[in-house]
Amino acid sequence: MKNNTSKEYENILEINHLQTSFFTKNAEIKAVDGLSFTIPKKKTLGVVGESGSGKSITSLSIMRLIDNPGKIVGGEIYFKGEDLLQKSESEMRKIRGNEISMIFQEPMTSLNPTLTVGQQISESYITHQELSKKEAKQKSLEMLKLVGIPSPKKRLKQYPHELSGGMRQRIMIAMALACDPDLLIADEPTTALDVTIQAQILDLINELQDRLGMGVLLITHDLGIVAETCDYVAVMYGGQVMEFADVKSLFTHPKHPYTVGLMKSIPPHDRDVEGDLDVIKGSVPSPVEMPNGCRFAPRCPFATDLCHQKLPNIETDSYGNQIRCWIYSDEWDGDPEVNVHAKTTEGTT
Amino acid sequence: MFKFIVRRIIQTIPVIIGVTIIVFSMMHLVPGDPAQIMAGESAPAQQVENIRERLGLNEPLPKQYLSYLGNALLGDLGNSMRSGRAVTDEISARFWVTIELAIYSTILAVFIGLIAGVISATKKYSPQDTIIMLIALFGLSMPNFWLGLMLIQWFSIGIDLPNWFPFINDTSWFKPSGWGSFQQIVLPVITLGTGSAAIIARMTRSSMLEVIGQDYIRTARAKGIKERIVIYRHALKNALIPVVTVVGLQFGGLLGGAVLTETVFAINGMGKLVIDSIAARDFPVVQGTILVIALLFVLVNLFVDITYRLLNKRIDLD
Repeated sequence: MKNNTSKEYENILEINHLQTSFFTKNAEIKAVDGLSFTIPKKKTLGVVGESGSGKSITSLSIMRLIDNPGKIVGGEIYFKGEDLLQKSESEMRKIRGNEISMIFQEPMTSLNPTLTVGQQISESYITHQELSKKEAKQKSLEMLKLVGIPSPKKRLKQYPHELSGGMRQRIMIAMALACDPDLLIADEPTTALDVTIQAQILDLINELQDRLGMGVLLITHDLGIVAETCDYVAVMYGGQVMEFADVKSLFTHPKHPYTVGLMKSIPPHDRDVEGDLDVIKGSVPSPVEMPNGCRFAPRCPFATDLCHQKLPNIETDSYGNQIRCWIYSDEWDGDPEVNVHAKTTEGTT
Repeated sequence: MFKFIVRRIIQTIPVIIGVTIIVFSMMHLVPGDPAQIMAGESAPAQQVENIRERLGLNEPLPKQYLSYLGNALLGDLGNSMRSGRAVTDEISARFWVTIELAIYSTILAVFIGLIAGVISATKKYSPQDTIIMLIALFGLSMPNFWLGLMLIQWFSIGIDLPNWFPFINDTSWFKPSGWGSFQQIVLPVITLGTGSAAIIARMTRSSMLEVIGQDYIRTARAKGIKERIVIYRHALKNALIPVVTVVGLQFGGLLGGAVLTETVFAINGMGKLVIDSIAARDFPVVQGTILVIALLFVLVNLFVDITYRLLNKRIDLD
């Protein structure tokens, strides 16, 4: 049963300086290093970034499902005003699947092949709402109808291998939303699906969000999806948030050179591109050899000595948007008139 | 599912025919004249000739085989050279002893193997895991006749060791021979089951480790269900799929392994019957017993396939 007596809170989720590391015999690999962001109630936050930027580790950290040799080493994760990192494992179990749910990237492998769809959805009800098998089955049926699965009664008795990828992702969504969670974490929910199915699944998530009034954390590497579905965006790079802004500001006035680079690498939809698309040179730094200064400095066309030596702090402006870049600080030692939109890669203007 | 079972049963027919051919050929593959071997080296020529006549050994081979097969289908596997009784009677007197021994040993092996394997897998690289896997390695490497002898030594004849085994003061409580009472069953079942328990434990561990790393286990955990349910409902059911195959093969192996165990514990089962008959050159009994054991093996495999199908819904053979 849900605990509705918790304190007043403004943000459904608030992460402060989260640090998650993986430990090998002789090294600590900082997969997430000082990450902060917030999701206001009933809003959608998109987390974008390249592979290896720590997006999925962030979501698993929120669920406290980081496996050995990984460990959350620092920070706070406030969910409904309470720090999840202070919860015991059994308290966490009551939250998982009940108050915070998660949809994974791979619908093909994320469902148990030996249990029927009905058994897998019912499990949430039986665990969290202590319903009988029969009641849980009834509820599961309603849930399947809600996520728009054709002939839901038949599906309850089917096994995952009998269903298509899009259908399985709908099952995952039904499972995740079974207990009416306050926060849904969707870790690249559409990456493995066809484009047409992608749109359907995203529409479904949006529609259910409106209906159920939950916060959504949408992890993706597709800026198009972010523009369409999110209220806020956190741009991640090297285990840190580089820029956090409402979706409109981010797309009209991206501030971080990395965000600008990402935007410029998208082919424009209204005109043909002459020559090559802009690219961000280089590749994501390996978490084993993170740069000392700004994580993006080695690939940044504006990087100065300061950028290479010292990690910039995250600065918040008057609208609540955040940026982690020396250019916007008083200590900036480069050209004071620098225009981040002017050039994208070293040497081209 | 019904169609699958029927088809699978039909598929066993060629296997069974193959088995009968091999069993039939055994007598002819033995170097020398089978009739002479059966009669003994110093037997008079007339006696050898009688045996040859009685067993139809002077007929052409295909004809011999067909009449053997025909008789076998009618339940006639010939008569024992030693006792003169029908081979089927000799076997049926001992059949259930061996089956019981193999079944009890399998139950013990599955029970211990699964528990040990699951503990090992869920506590990967812990001291428990290391200890369990060391014991399993020991169980696997140890010949079962030796283990049988040691068990008799320690727990039945009992030499100077009663103190570290406190709850049974009378070490002769465990019987060193025979079959039937609980006291007689314990030691042979442990002897025969240990090797299989070790194999099942190792198989369960590796299979569980693979399954625990799967995405759907993470999904199950993300649903907030208890770790116990994650392990036993979500992981074990999937991990059992390869284990079932191993258990099936092990059961077949136990039927063979029973030969040694029955000999060590002087149990009158099919295994001991084979050994005694080989020593006495009682070919019809050897043939008959091996045929029965081989057929059992085929049946067990059929059963394993059906179980496998029930566990793994993705196999769609219909």
